Amino acid sequence: MQMQTDFLEEARRQAEICNACRYCEGYCSVFPALHAERAFSDGDLTQLANLCHNCRGCYYACQYTAPHEFDLNLPQALANVRQDSWEELAFPRAAGKAFQKNGVLIAIAAVIGFALLFWAARALSSAGGEGFYAVLSHNAMVAIFLPAFLFPLFSIAVSLRRYWRHIGAGPFRPAHLFEAFRQAANMKDLKGGHGDGCNFEDEDRFTHARRAVHQAIMYGFLLCFASTSVATVMHYVFDMPAPYGLLSLPKLLGVSGGLLLVVGCIEMIRLKLRSDRSLGATAAFGGEVAFVGLLGFVGFSGLALYALGQTTVMPTLLAIHLGAVLAFFLLTPFTKMAHGFYRLTALTAEAGRKG
Amino acid sequence: MTSPDIAIIGGGNAALCAAITAAEAGARVLILETAPKSYRGGNSRHTRNFRCMHHGPLGPLVDSYTEEEYLADLMKVTGGKTDEGLARLAIRTSEECLPWMEEHGVRFQPSLSGTLSLARTNAFFLGGGKSLVNAYYRTAEKLGVQVEYEAAVTHLELDEDRVTRIDYTQNGQTHTIAPKSVVVASGGFQADTDWLARAWGPAAKNFLIRGTPYNRGVVLADLLDQGIEQVGDPTQCHAVAIDGRAPKFDGGIVTRLDCVPFSIVVNKDAQRFYDEGEDVWPKRYAIWGRLVAAQPDQVGYVIIDAKSLELFMPSVFPPIKADTLEELADKMGLPADALVQTVSEFNDACGDTSNFHPTELDGVTTTGLTPAKTNWARPITEPPFYGYSLRTGVTFTYLGLKVDEHAQCSIGNRPVTNLWAAGETMAGSILGQGYLAGFGMTIGTVFGRIAGKEAAAHANAN
Ligand SMILES: Cc1cc2nc3c(=O)[nH]c(=O)nc-3n(C[C@H](O)[C@H](O)[C@H](O)COP(=O)(O)OP(=O)(O)OC[C@H]3O[C@@H](n4cnc5c(N)ncnc54)[C@H](O)[C@@H]3O)c2cc1C
Ligand code: SF4
Ligand code: SF4
Repeated sequence: MQMQTDFLEEARRQAEICNACRYCEGYCSVFPALHAERAFSDGDLTQLANLCHNCRGCYYACQYTAPHEFDLNLPQALANVRQDSWEELAFPRAAGKAFQKNGVLIAIAAVIGFALLFWAARALSSAGGEGFYAVLSHNAMVAIFLPAFLFPLFSIAVSLRRYWRHIGAGPFRPAHLFEAFRQAANMKDLKGGHGDGCNFEDEDRFTHARRAVHQAIMYGFLLCFASTSVATVMHYVFDMPAPYGLLSLPKLLGVSGGLLLVVGCIEMIRLKLRSDRSLGATAAFGGEVAFVGLLGFVGFSGLALYALGQTTVMPTLLAIHLGAVLAFFLLTPFTKMAHGFYRLTALTAEAGRKG
Repeated sequence: MTSPDIAIIGGGNAALCAAITAAEAGARVLILETAPKSYRGGNSRHTRNFRCMHHGPLGPLVDSYTEEEYLADLMKVTGGKTDEGLARLAIRTSEECLPWMEEHGVRFQPSLSGTLSLARTNAFFLGGGKSLVNAYYRTAEKLGVQVEYEAAVTHLELDEDRVTRIDYTQNGQTHTIAPKSVVVASGGFQADTDWLARAWGPAAKNFLIRGTPYNRGVVLADLLDQGIEQVGDPTQCHAVAIDGRAPKFDGGIVTRLDCVPFSIVVNKDAQRFYDEGEDVWPKRYAIWGRLVAAQPDQVGYVIIDAKSLELFMPSVFPPIKADTLEELADKMGLPADALVQTVSEFNDACGDTSNFHPTELDGVTTTGLTPAKTNWARPITEPPFYGYSLRTGVTFTYLGLKVDEHAQCSIGNRPVTNLWAAGETMAGSILGQGYLAGFGMTIGTVFGRIAGKEAAAHANAN
């Protein structure tokens, strides 16, 4: 693996300063891990970078930020290493390189997704189906989405395995994964070491906005996912194919999830636009915003489909929604979406180190 | 500009505590900070903890730390040169400061790794002093305190026992205001190396200043020249030995070196000059500033070998490394023959090292060597060898304004009716010499709050 040495060198330089200072020890998981080392290998730095959630607390607290000659900007240094690690560890790597930083390519992928679904709808439309399945037969949907779902999972699994090796983590233990899930579920670190939140929107003012927005997106996404899963079970196990009524479980889950997702994504983009870009991986800003936009659009088009499913625009909407979903799934390993997986892995490895 | 009720000179901990207290008492407060916003907060931005009395667990502090124990600790480091009345006031009030600080935005954390010995006595700021300063600025601004950055106070006009006018410059322009009350919280004078050199001799030009370059004692000199009561003398300062490669100003905590107890320290002639193992490092690091200052060119060199490298906290600059002592001497600009001889004499004087214990006084000593090394004396034999250069790093100066228990300044035998001082600039009123870790922030917080309260009472009554 060939990570960018200038990013690693810069992160190493700063980590060594932090190791002599330690003032930020209580902010997040990065510092206890950092202070446990005396020298930092590339793998150590990659692990630290993936433990960092870019809350910026340590930037505003730091007495050594520019114009001081030590020029500390740990959130940026770690963001660059983190971003680079996601690109380098991606499988296939070229896809990571292409999409992580490139908002335009993400948009193009989404458009290709739409086009594919329009074509599929036209070519594979079914005669007998009801509702959505009249537009695209159930089997055609499965034929498109099963691989589109399995491939990203496989790709991410390969990447995480690479990650685990690169950071030199010990044997995998489910208990450590459990601990990581526990931390991630309530986004402990996003509260900051003191429970006041992040410094994301207004210099050194601590706010909970970023945590709230993350929670909305994560739970919104999980609800939508649950909706699809419940529908799948109903379809196959109970022989109850779609469409479902408004008070059915898939719709309740899907509508609430969709709303959370849309609101969360809009607020996330607003937050990102307000934030100081020089404290993140500047080069990846466009890619991140485009990805959040795509995710929000998945939610939005899904809601539109719920609302207008009985009208004549339904087939168009369905193609757009499914196209967006398809692009989203396929891009998952190569966009910001991957961060959740890496973060969970980093927390698991850290739980393992602490024993 | 219309004059505020209260002008506060300085933008560090003491100034902010005064400003917040005065604003909460209803006064219109103006902070004049000479630094730009990015460097606001003086030396306070470099701190990490404050020392706090407490009966029973309090915030991050465990057990208890009584007034008598605190005072005894203080007396020990100052050799009794302490104003007991003001010291007791600071100590007693420190307990209510901790919750006050939390209410005003400061967050604490458990002791940092490597400082566990302080878990009972010192409360550490989450994110360090700059995060404390940031929180106080937020709080002050919410209370309507006006802050002017790059506003350098040059003169306070005195009419008998009253300050009538403050002059300051900002963006090349001179401004004059006439507040009802004035609080001086502008620190010591250590960043003015000419002044240091006048007091210390030319050697002081080689000192490094650990904290802000903005504490140049302009206001202090102005007031002392006009006969405001003084305390301490300009030769007293707190100085420690830090990495010789540290920047001239603002190097802060990361330039400290904790390796002296495991080393030998030589001067530029490669001669040892003091017992490196006299006591555990936290108790000795403050004397090494003066020891190094007394050496030719005010520089020292720490020499260790491979077996000691991991026994101390890493510092910001990597050590100089060499496979032989000759090579090390060469890289550090020391006379090689002399260094080899000093090390071999030292090694020969080392005895049984089986009781070596890095974290306590182990009594592993040299015999027949002058100066002796009385603890942790292990021969320096195992390559690679490592070296650091040492210079004197000044933390703060003691010369200051004499205040009473109301933080009020005086002239002749009477108080100046509208002038108070807080923080480093009056710390000499309490400490005659020596220093106790975390007491600087205690003094600033306690007397900053007192000064703010008194200044507001005066302004509100007039
Ligand atoms: C590296 C380092 C670490 C330290 N760590 C600790 C610690 O952990 N705990 C502890 O208790 N103490 C510590 N100290 C000591 C501590 O910093 C001081 O005791 C304390 O900060 C003093 O606060 P202050 O508000 O009086 O002064 P400062 O915080 O220095 O503030 C002085 C202010 O006055 C301003 N100023 C100066 N001249 C003018 C002028 N002419 N016009 C306008 N403004 C002016 C300066 O810009 C500055 O904002 C440390 C000191 C250093 C250098
Ligand atoms: S970010 Fe700055 S203040 Fe925080 S630990 Fe690192 S050097 Fe210290
Ligand atoms: S930005 Fe936040 S999460 Fe990242 S290292 Fe700094 S304090 Fe920790």
